[in-house]
Amino acid sequence: MAGTDIIIHDEKDNVGVVVIEKITPKQDCDCWIMENDKSVKIQSMDEIPLGHKIAMTDLKEGDTILKYGHDIGKVVKNIKKGEHVHVHNVKTKKW
Amino acid sequence: MEIPKTFLGYKREDGRSGTRNHVIILPVDDISNACAEAVANNIKGTIALPHSYGRLQFGADLELHFRTMIGTGKNPNVAAVIVIGIEPKWTKRIVDAIAVTGKPVEGFSIEGVGDIDTIAKVSKKAQEFSMWASEKQREERPISDLWISVKCGESDTTSGLASNPTVGNLMDKLEPLGVHLCFGETSELTGAETVCEKRGKTPEAQEKFKKTWSAYNDFILKEATDDLSESQPTAGNIAGGLTTIEEKAFGNFQKIGSRQFIDVLEPAEEPSKGPGLYFMDTSSAAAECVTLQAAGGFNIHLFPTGQGNIIGNPIEPVVKLTANPLTAKTMSEHIDVDVSKILSRKMNLDEAGDELIKATLRVANGRLTCAEALGHKEFVMTKLYRSA
Repeated sequence: MAGTDIIIHDEKDNVGVVVIEKITPKQDCDCWIMENDKSVKIQSMDEIPLGHKIAMTDLKEGDTILKYGHDIGKVVKNIKKGEHVHVHNVKTKKW
Repeated sequence: MEIPKTFLGYKREDGRSGTRNHVIILPVDDISNACAEAVANNIKGTIALPHSYGRLQFGADLELHFRTMIGTGKNPNVAAVIVIGIEPKWTKRIVDAIAVTGKPVEGFSIEGVGDIDTIAKVSKKAQEFSMWASEKQREERPISDLWISVKCGESDTTSGLASNPTVGNLMDKLEPLGVHLCFGETSELTGAETVCEKRGKTPEAQEKFKKTWSAYNDFILKEATDDLSESQPTAGNIAGGLTTIEEKAFGNFQKIGSRQFIDVLEPAEEPSKGPGLYFMDTSSAAAECVTLQAAGGFNIHLFPTGQGNIIGNPIEPVVKLTANPLTAKTMSEHIDVDVSKILSRKMNLDEAGDELIKATLRVANGRLTCAEALGHKEFVMTKLYRSA
């Protein structure tokens, strides 16, 4: 099986996780959806380091981030497909 | 993969099976540690389990102390038990409760005798137990006699990505074969608590989980000196890519695969509802959690780690796995199963789960874990509050 740049846990997820040292802007990335063993492609907009998340779709303020197929927080600043998703644009719904 | 139907274990008097054959010297209290360690030093094939508590405890905290002591003695990985306490009453309570398993157990108290004569007396009995246990042979035992506990530690993004889901894959494959399974870490489920609650198989199990989690959460909020949003996730978690406490919790939660839990256990409580997955109310500190699960009767432990936790337990072998390629390389003497190939898609979850099952069975059959070979035997009692 070919290598992968990004892992997506669940088919429903709107973010993927970078599993190479980093991805760079305009990089064409191979993504692996673990749940169903499918492959998709995405072009990155930002530099994103290992372990960090990339938006798999355009996201608006107030949208819910899904990872593991579950709600892991809310979007607080609009995010474009391919952009870095982290504490600058996503917050917990917990407190 | 065709999963073997049996493993090679030690058949115990109560019908359960051990993956190990320990003779333990169990001190009831902190001041009996010296005696217990002297005996274990005298008699080969025995192991002392020193700890820090056991005096002037009361209420639920004392009950937990007894439950942990008794459960440790009853664990099927233990062939025979010597209990040493400062006075006879609490010692006898522990001895009597372990004796229901039918295994050899004998208690000694130090008051009125002193350390030296106690050590001489106990050493003779310990020698007898050790030589008796040494003749026990492994035999084919049903795989359903495996009681598997899980807990992760030093987690990073690779834990939620790959090593925790690998454990979940193992659970999904082994639960139908009738094994007992146990997860814990009450506080680490914060953020995923409502989803976790719905994994309860019955309304009773769901309600019990809700109560247990709320009680622990209330306690943490009461004792917390700062806003938890600054510490969960930690700065290290955030640097590693974890954004919210929910994300961290769901990473942890991957360990149970798609299973449902049938009951919620008190710390160190033995399951009583038959095979299946249990949730145990535990601290998220590794050694405390595994000590409680071992006291609940679990006979093999799976421990996914990211940055490289090195924990072991004196009676329950701890199998460590990691998906972090750097940890697998720099801390190889601590890692029993390397599933880092998942990250490069050279291995899928199904294959990783199979690898973990194979490794688990090898350890169940007698192969030493890394932690055992390195001498890790962290035995850490959970204490609920100050003593009187």
